[in-house]
Amino acid sequence: MSATAAIVQEGSKKPAREKLFRTGGAGDISKPTVGGLVFRYVLLVIVLVLVIGPFLWQLSTSFKGAGENLYTFPPNLIPTQPTLENYTKVTDFIPVYQYAWHSLFVAVVQVISNVVFAVFGGYALACMKFRGKGIALGILFSTMLLPGEVTVTSNLLTINGLGLANTLWGVILPGAIGAMNVLLVATACRMIPAEVLDAATVDGATTWQRIRHIVWPNVRGMVSVVAIFTFIGAWDDYLWPLMVITDPNNYTLTVGMAYLNSNFSPDPRLIAAGTIIALVPIIILFSVTQRFFFSGVQEGAVKG
Amino acid sequence: MTTASTSERSLTRTGVGASGAGLRRRSGPVQSHRWYTPWLLIGPAVVWVAVFALWPFLNTVVLSFTNARPLRTPEFVGFDQYVKLFGDDQFRYALLTCAIYVIVCVPLLTILPLLLALLVEKKIPGIAFFRTTFYFPVIASVVVVALIWGWLFDSKGIINQTLQFMGIADKPVAFLVDRWWLLACAILLTVWKGVGYYMVVYLAALGNVGKDLHEAAMLDGAGAFRRFLSVTIPSVRGAMLLIAVLIAVSAMRIFTELDVLSHHTGGPGGYDMSIVMMIRQAGSGLNGNLGYAAAISVVLFLLTLIPLVAIALLNREKRANS
Repeated sequence: MSATAAIVQEGSKKPAREKLFRTGGAGDISKPTVGGLVFRYVLLVIVLVLVIGPFLWQLSTSFKGAGENLYTFPPNLIPTQPTLENYTKVTDFIPVYQYAWHSLFVAVVQVISNVVFAVFGGYALACMKFRGKGIALGILFSTMLLPGEVTVTSNLLTINGLGLANTLWGVILPGAIGAMNVLLVATACRMIPAEVLDAATVDGATTWQRIRHIVWPNVRGMVSVVAIFTFIGAWDDYLWPLMVITDPNNYTLTVGMAYLNSNFSPDPRLIAAGTIIALVPIIILFSVTQRFFFSGVQEGAVKG
Repeated sequence: MTTASTSERSLTRTGVGASGAGLRRRSGPVQSHRWYTPWLLIGPAVVWVAVFALWPFLNTVVLSFTNARPLRTPEFVGFDQYVKLFGDDQFRYALLTCAIYVIVCVPLLTILPLLLALLVEKKIPGIAFFRTTFYFPVIASVVVVALIWGWLFDSKGIINQTLQFMGIADKPVAFLVDRWWLLACAILLTVWKGVGYYMVVYLAALGNVGKDLHEAAMLDGAGAFRRFLSVTIPSVRGAMLLIAVLIAVSAMRIFTELDVLSHHTGGPGGYDMSIVMMIRQAGSGLNGNLGYAAAISVVLFLLTLIPLVAIALLNREKRANS
């Protein structure tokens, strides 16, 4: 740690262009001192190492050749015999790329259905008057505090009864529409002025046209949040696919990785390759859409 | 509970939103839709919640009073499953595991993210990069995170190598084999993965704290620690309570970390099995004891209500006092 600390200290000694810190006798006491600023960066880098260190170590392990000793000390972060063969050898144990497709399929179908029905439902709840709205809201809110784990046993019976045991559709179905998503989009729909919708109606717009041309452009921000969190939830889910799918050929990626880990006790390099395969789509999604994450968590925190 | 009921109320009050308070939305002159259109739109969501959340919940409660097993007609057995449950050593271990999880995770995940939020709160160069990276473990799947940490905690893994090299341990520590170490590792990775999420929640809460309070405290000569105790903590108290409740509930529902780290076994002798691991074990497969799984589920549900009721009572008390 001392090495990184030294680098940071050196790095921040460069004169800052805009004064980030308090200089002698300056008035603004809310600015930190130079020492305070350096201390802050040192802490940030320490946390950074703790956060991405494990990921980097896994990445490094996944590139290490079969002949390379994994257990040296001090550890080699840079592989001495870099290779990609772990990414093909892992398929000798589990069809990891097929599992990735399964996960992707589940995630994409859930994103589409959640977005479509959240927009429809949210619009109806927020902008329309109808008989029984209280009942609809009551049902949507009723299970807000119900942990999913409580209902897995019964849901499994339902899925088996529908003949969807051991299928990806069985994995998809219960999460295809989330009550929370409907309510989130409904709050976004409430921001649409009623006059605009009325004006469209007077001009002869149908319900579909109003959703397509007025509601959709107005709620796109919230829809992105819903889509991203649905995708991640589906991609990362473990308990439910583990219960629904019993045939190793149909596993999703998370279940398949746990299966690889506990049934074959294979080379750590192969597990590492598998985990990196599981991480890549998430990393891509995250780097493209990261600005939505923070707003999403905050929406969820305020409303949830 | 309170948040739910307020937003329900404001949702039913259509049309008041942006168009100006007190302005009623007319249903008269502009007939905008047929009577059944709203139900076509909201219907699927309502049906889904009813079929995949409400009904299974009621069914679980009913099943817990039967001896249901796959491919057999269930019979009513009264409280037998619950009696069996509370006599089951395995369930006692599971309760202990979850209790330790709650007791350790709640303080750690309430305090650490706040400190981290304070660390990344100031807008200094590169801070966006740090914030984004700190959030990353949150979106990685628990299975992946468990496999990564499983490799770090391996008997020959990097942590054991380091400990031995530094002379702290003379032989590898059985992190993933010993009952207590396994639990400690699982908790560590839950905390490691959760910190970024609550950091963002705190950032939102800290954003609402006025800068002038801090400045005033500073002028009065309060040091950093003093300001943390007297300005920061009171101003994020609401968020803190909410976060503590969320963590308590999710710690009771712990499953994936323990399942993956223990290779589905729940550790040596099943000592590290959690409540949800028991539900899965009893509730799936052809030999499953569905009635038993249902009874465990009902107990889990009741346990998760405790923190929610506690915060509701606390809020009511506060409102009564003010």
